[in-house]
Amino acid sequence: MVVELYLDLLSQPCRAVYIFAKKNNIPFEFKDVVLFKGQHMSEEFGKVNPLRKVPALKDEAFTLAENTAILLYLSRKFNTPDHWYPSDGQKRAKVDEYLSWQHTAIRAQGSKVFLIKALVPLLMDKPFPPEKLEGAIEELNSTLKQFEEKFLQGKLFIVGNEISLADLVALVELMQPVGAGYDVFEGSPKLAEWRHRVEEAIGKELFQQAHEAILNVKDMAAAAAQLDPQLKEKLKQLLQKNLK
Amino acid sequence: MVVELYLDLLSQPCRSVYIFAKKNNIPFEFKHVELLKGEHLSEEFYKVNLLRKVHALKDGNFTLAESIAILLYLSRKFNTPDHWYPSDVQKRARVDEYLSWQHTAIRAQGCNFYRTKVLMPLLVGKPFPAERLERAVEDLKSTMKQFEEKFLQDKPFIVGNEISLADLVAIVELMQVTGWDVFEGRPKLTEWRHRVEEAIGKELFREAHEVMLNGWLALPEEQGLPPTPKP
Repeated sequence: MVVELYLDLLSQPCRAVYIFAKKNNIPFEFKDVVLFKGQHMSEEFGKVNPLRKVPALKDEAFTLAENTAILLYLSRKFNTPDHWYPSDGQKRAKVDEYLSWQHTAIRAQGSKVFLIKALVPLLMDKPFPPEKLEGAIEELNSTLKQFEEKFLQGKLFIVGNEISLADLVALVELMQPVGAGYDVFEGSPKLAEWRHRVEEAIGKELFQQAHEAILNVKDMAAAAAQLDPQLKEKLKQLLQKNLK
Repeated sequence: MVVELYLDLLSQPCRSVYIFAKKNNIPFEFKHVELLKGEHLSEEFYKVNLLRKVHALKDGNFTLAESIAILLYLSRKFNTPDHWYPSDVQKRARVDEYLSWQHTAIRAQGCNFYRTKVLMPLLVGKPFPAERLERAVEDLKSTMKQFEEKFLQDKPFIVGNEISLADLVAIVELMQVTGWDVFEGRPKLTEWRHRVEEAIGKELFREAHEVMLNGWLALPEEQGLPPTPKP
């Protein structure tokens, strides 16, 4: 029985898992969990992940949440090439360091910009005050500065000369605000160069495929317009909570 | 040259690193970085951690931030007992799962509560805003429910029958909200706490938490403050 991966490619962590599995030719069954249809709130999905979030993994009776855990599990089970999670103690520590930091940094600020810029107009009845978006962008820029100065510095990739889980997780997160129309790479040549290197290492076609949904705001708008009113209400509440 | 650990035991992640190193008899030099004195903002500390946060590790020329990374690095370098980060792939995945989730869950809500209830009055000299505290408590309650239902369930520890990094990281975060008595009315959680304390060693556990617990006692008594909502 192949591994089942429960994904919605609108979600950054799902893209990291998807790309990693495809790039490494890991056999898996793609289980579509459409967030805009509230499928993550179903009874069935609750059995796979009681936290009701994507991505989630099911390997026979074993279920797993959290993309860091899923990526590491897949890397171990399928013995993926060393550069993804180097066996060298210090290089590995640097990957761990990035994967830990990013939760409350790049992931948090990138998501916020996306939520305010892309989702609020689709779900809420009135727009957010512009200062909120400005504030979120400022925070994101500040985080990007830390990313460049502490994690990337003058190197080709976050850890050494080859792509690792750190770069993969970083790039999918940065594509989220891009999907909302805020180009984080504009105005930073170093960041843009790093992005190209990571895309090349992943493979342009796979990268494009994984990002098709997030880069198509029109499709998102169409999905939002068809939202069940009860679900829309729930999503609105979640959005408000996340943007306190 | 021994490993240097830059810590302030007021901070939860510092305590997990401290307890882990002491429990496993890992030789290290304790470099005290006092947060309340702003020592984490010094030029000297910046060379150790560009993020200007405690905890940080320095091993020769190698510097490392983020407690999860530090804990894993120490466990590998010093070959600590398997139960901390089990070699069994599925058990290990469970530890990874908790360590990942907690960033934006227990840690985030715990910090928010601690900031609102303790730090603000201590540093700013003003009482905490009641609505903010109520919200912080609601968020914390919701997170605690997830913790008990998804991560702890009916097991003795988060992963299997022995303490792991997951329990260690969880307990230091929960101890930060001890003034709210997160354990009150939660017998399973209380039992788990006792098991974790025993596994760590009561003396070491107490020692690590002394500074932070004294901070709760230093809270100014002010009249007319709204009571903290019950756990």
